[in-house]
This record gives sequence, structure tokens and C-alpha cells, in this order.
Amino acid sequence: MAATVNTRKLARAMLTPAVVILFIWMIVPLLLTIWYSFQNYNLLSPENTGFAGFMNYKYFLTDPAFFQAFWNTLTITLSVLVITVVGGILLGLLLDQFIYGQGIVRILVISPFFIMPTVAALVWKNMLMDPNYGIFAWIATRLGFAPVAWLENYPLFSIILIVAWQWLPFATLILLTAMQSLDEEQKEAAGMDGANFASLFVYITLPHLARAITVVILIETIFLLSVFAEILVTTGGGPGYASTNIAYLIYHQALLDYDVGGASAGGVVAVILANIVAIFLVRLVGKNLEA
Amino acid sequence: MARAISPQKKWTFTILAWVVALILFFPILWTILTAFKTEGDAILFPPAFLPPHWTLENFVTVQTRSDYFKHFFNSMVISIGSSLIGLVIAVPAAWSMAFAPAKRTKDILMWMLSTKMMPAVGVLVPIYLIFKNLGLLDTLTGLTGIMTLINLPIMVWMLYTYFREIPVDILEASRMDGAVLWKEIVYVLLPMAIPGIASTMLLNIILAWNEAFWTLNLSAANAAPLTAFIASYSSPEGLFWAKLSAASTLAIAPILVIGWFSQKQLVRGMTFGAVK
Repeated sequence: MAATVNTRKLARAMLTPAVVILFIWMIVPLLLTIWYSFQNYNLLSPENTGFAGFMNYKYFLTDPAFFQAFWNTLTITLSVLVITVVGGILLGLLLDQFIYGQGIVRILVISPFFIMPTVAALVWKNMLMDPNYGIFAWIATRLGFAPVAWLENYPLFSIILIVAWQWLPFATLILLTAMQSLDEEQKEAAGMDGANFASLFVYITLPHLARAITVVILIETIFLLSVFAEILVTTGGGPGYASTNIAYLIYHQALLDYDVGGASAGGVVAVILANIVAIFLVRLVGKNLEA
Repeated sequence: MARAISPQKKWTFTILAWVVALILFFPILWTILTAFKTEGDAILFPPAFLPPHWTLENFVTVQTRSDYFKHFFNSMVISIGSSLIGLVIAVPAAWSMAFAPAKRTKDILMWMLSTKMMPAVGVLVPIYLIFKNLGLLDTLTGLTGIMTLINLPIMVWMLYTYFREIPVDILEASRMDGAVLWKEIVYVLLPMAIPGIASTMLLNIILAWNEAFWTLNLSAANAAPLTAFIASYSSPEGLFWAKLSAASTLAIAPILVIGWFSQKQLVRGMTFGAVK
């Protein structure tokens, strides 16, 4: 398009508010977090102030809770990614077949994605996982097993299950959409050449899905690294730190222990960790988006 | 020509798909059914699938005891408000990048995407303290503002992918006719952009309605939207499953319906236009 000088100016003027607002939103709180992270600042002991050096970082990083939270964060993120991507591909393949009532099946499958996290977590915690009255307890007794107190005995696994239930529909929907854009004639031709289902999947469907899978991983990672509500309303991070992730640990330090300095150091650590993941992911997706 | 699929195969896939779908949907169905049970029936063991005594009392109790519709209203204000403000900022930006791309447009888009990578918890402390000092804690203004900020990158991206599909030739033609810029926007661009804008708005409403980090941390009794209100059921006294279910059913119903109708747009918006 032959843009005149005026159009250019106008275009810049229209872009500026969004860029400036996002820039401020990104940079000001982050600088404040970094600033606080070097301060002695606890709302419970207002007399103790001043520069703290790296003390906050030392406390945060050497706290055994940090290691546990770090591993829990990784475990939640990776487990849910594997469950939803593999499950999403399988479900996508199934829904891509001829099915009576496909529209309704599709609606049923994607519905969990629209459930707010607090509702999802509380429904699972009580009506499904409760060891006395829950559905799982009923199924267990019917099968001749003793009911399991899921959230007390397997807190991290339970949270992974709840979060995977919320994200499986998302992965399925994205991957199914990508499968449906695969040229039917291409599949037909391969089928006529005698390709069976497995080789059709490996050589045609899977390469076609690469981009969609990358995008699913990117989006889910953004949300999974900071799972919060599901932990808050089910286990409260416990027992001990068994189901505490980094997001929940920092929340705990900030709003329950009033340790502004310590929580800020944690916040900086969380940002650095997320950035390591982000650099990797954005490159991967950036390539795919430009393609 | 599609291959003929044997009836046997059709039925196998149909049954399999329905079984999986019903298992995935079951927690939602169970919530809706429990909402119509009495508290006693809700904890029957073995569970009663259909309510033995259908009742609406839970919906009434939830409203009379905790002013449910105040929180419903809060959710509406925050999600619709943040969507409208977001559009005012995002539409010009996306328009500019789609129709007058500069050298750095791609970089700016990637940068916007990368802002979504910043974990909310990394800035929880300063935002909380800023909110506290400005008196924004537990206010609809504060929550609407935060929601606008966190969803702005997605809105810009989604609008950008829609705007880019509008054929530029039409703009050229109207420019030849001597249409001034505002006319170009109002009469040519806007009608073609409206479906994209509407989809963006719907996706943003869904995301804002269900957002549960900032709403939980920055609201209390007054401005709490449904996410935070429902969280108060995590440590209740006595029998409460039926009431939890009633509150939950009302909280998820509107978004379920919007979600069902906007599946296609959702795919596009959530994947930054990479999957359509």
C-alpha cells in the first residue's frame, strides 16, 4: 500500500497508546518488584527497614520450600502438557471421524474449558474426590477398593488431574481444528496408495499438526506455570508444601506472611524462570507464526 | 468423493466418542443436577443420580444469604467493562499494524506476545501495594483496569489477524474515490471489521469472567466477582454441596453458552491466529 506521510503519522498515533500502556504495565511493576527485593520490608515488623542486599534472595533460594515448589511447578506443567497434548491428539482423531451427533459431542468435550477455575476445583474437591460421599469413593467401593482421600494422600496428582481436565478440551479443540484443515484429498490419495492408518498419521497428520501442537504448548505453559486458584481452594498448598508451586509460595509469603521483600525476591526468581521458558517458546512459535 | 464408511465403524466411533464426551462432561452435569437437590440428597451414598426431590431452594438461599447477584453483577461489570476499554485501545493499534505495517510491526507484535509470558505472581507485590495506596483494593475500577491490561495483548493480536484478512484493494478503491480517512474507516472498514471485533470481545469476556489470580488477590466482600465469591465455599461449615452447586451453575451458565457459540473464534483468538 502506498502510504502517505500523513497515513504513517496517523498509524503511529493509533499504535502508540497500546504500546505505551503495555510498556508501563510491563516495566513499572517489574522495577518495583526488583527494588523491593533488595529491601528489608515486612509489614509485620515496620521498624526493620533499609537495604538488604541479597539477603531476601538468599532466604528464598535456600528455603527447602523453594525447591519443593520449583519441582512441583515443573511437575504440574509437564504432566498437564503431556496429558493434554497426547489426549488432545487422540480425542481429536476420534472426533475427526464420522460420528452421529458430532456437534453435541464437540460441545460436551470442550465445555470444561469454560468453567472458572474456582468452580472446577471445588466441584472436583467435594463432589468427586471426597472420600466419604464423592463419586470416586462410590466407584472405588463398587469395584471393591477402599475409598481414597485424594487431596490428602495424593495432593499434587489430584491438582494435576483437575488442571488437566480444564485444559484437555482446549488442546482437543485446537488440534481438531488443525486436523480438519488437512486436505481431505491428500488423505484420500495416501489411502489409495495403500497407506494404513498408522503411516497416514505419522507421515501426514502429525507433520501437519506440528504448528498447532507448538501453539498449544506455548499457551498452556503460560497458564500452567502459574496455576493458582486450583491450589488455593483445594489443598492450600499442603500438606506441608506437597502441593505448593512457585506462584502459591510467593502469594503465601506476600499476603499471608506480609514479607514484601522476600516475596519480591521470589517474584524476580519467578520472572527469570518464566523468561527462560519464554525465550525458548517464543522463538519456537515465532518461527511457526511467520511460516 | 468420500470413501464409504461401514456402518459398523460409524457406530463404534460414535459410541466411543459419546462415552468419552460424557465422562468429560460429567462433573458439569453433576454440578447442575446437584444444584436441584436438597442438601441431604446431595450427599446420599450411594449417590442418587437424579434429584430424589427436585428443589429450587438452593438458588433462593444463595441469593438471600450472600447477595449472589451482587457478585454476578461485579463479574459482568469487570468482564464487559474491560472488554470495551480494551477495544478502544486495541482496535486502533491493530488497525494501524494491519493496514500500515512498518518495519518493526512484527517485532512489536512479538513483544506484545512476550508480555503475556510475565507471570502475574512476579508483580503481585507492587500491584497489591499500589492498589492499597490508591484505594483501589476491592474496587470494580481496579479490577476492570487490571483485566484490561492482562488481556490487551491477546485483543491486539486477535484483531490484527482479523483486520489483515480485509482486502486492501477495497481501501485503495475508496481512496481513489477521494474518501477521507474517517469515511474510509466508518463506511468501508468498520462493516468488514465488526465480526472480528465481536469475536474478540466475546473471547475477552470469557477470559475475564474466568480469571482467578488477580480477582482472588485484589478483591474482598465488595467487588468480588463470581470467581472470588465461589472460592469462599472452600472452607464452609456444615452441609453445602447443593448450595455450592447452585452458585456454580449460575456462575458457569452464561459463559458456557457464549463459549459454545464462539468455538471457532476461540481457537483463533487463543492461538494468536496461528490456527484457524
